[in-house]
Amino acid sequence: MTNPVHERIAGIVGSNDVVLFMKGTPFFPQCGFSSTAVAILERLNVAFESVDVLADMEIRQGIKEFSDWPTIPQLYVKGEFVGGSDIMMEMFQAGELQALMTETGVKPAA
Amino acid sequence: MGKVAAEIHARLTAALSPSILEVIDDSHQHHGHAGHRGDDAESHFTVKLVAASFAGQSRIARQRAVYAALGDLVAPDRIHALRIIAAAPGEG
Repeated sequence: MTNPVHERIAGIVGSNDVVLFMKGTPFFPQCGFSSTAVAILERLNVAFESVDVLADMEIRQGIKEFSDWPTIPQLYVKGEFVGGSDIMMEMFQAGELQALMTETGVKPAA
Repeated sequence: MGKVAAEIHARLTAALSPSILEVIDDSHQHHGHAGHRGDDAESHFTVKLVAASFAGQSRIARQRAVYAALGDLVAPDRIHALRIIAAAPGEG
């Protein structure tokens, strides 16, 4: 991996258990899908790092290539790509997202 | 059906031969939102589809197949927002 943006992204997802790449911030999401993703993580009561792609054009483009996924938001858990907001909602409703957090030992929100 | 919705329908049908396919234009729910471009603009969609090829595929793989089928339609000036509900026959 020689792409410096991809290396930055790999560093972020490698050093945080749960990372949400989103538009805006958890307090002020700038898109309905990002807002949904934040609401799900808050319901799960897990600690997560968020990256505002609107504030970083390199990551905004780079994350799409890194994940081979054309849309934002994107969720990573323990370095693994989980999906976007549709998948998060499906997994949340099926209890699978909670199970993933528990099985991988993700810490609860402080 | 609007032009963009019709194009979505055609591309998904060609690529995935879904047994059930619904393309829903949600654009009217987003008046005044940054991605909404006026009264006639189609920008926000939900697609629901059932396809035999989804059997045994992960959620990520299914959505990637949908994005691949839509190709250059998945761009901010075409489809601004897309919700995907993808199932294999017999699910849900």
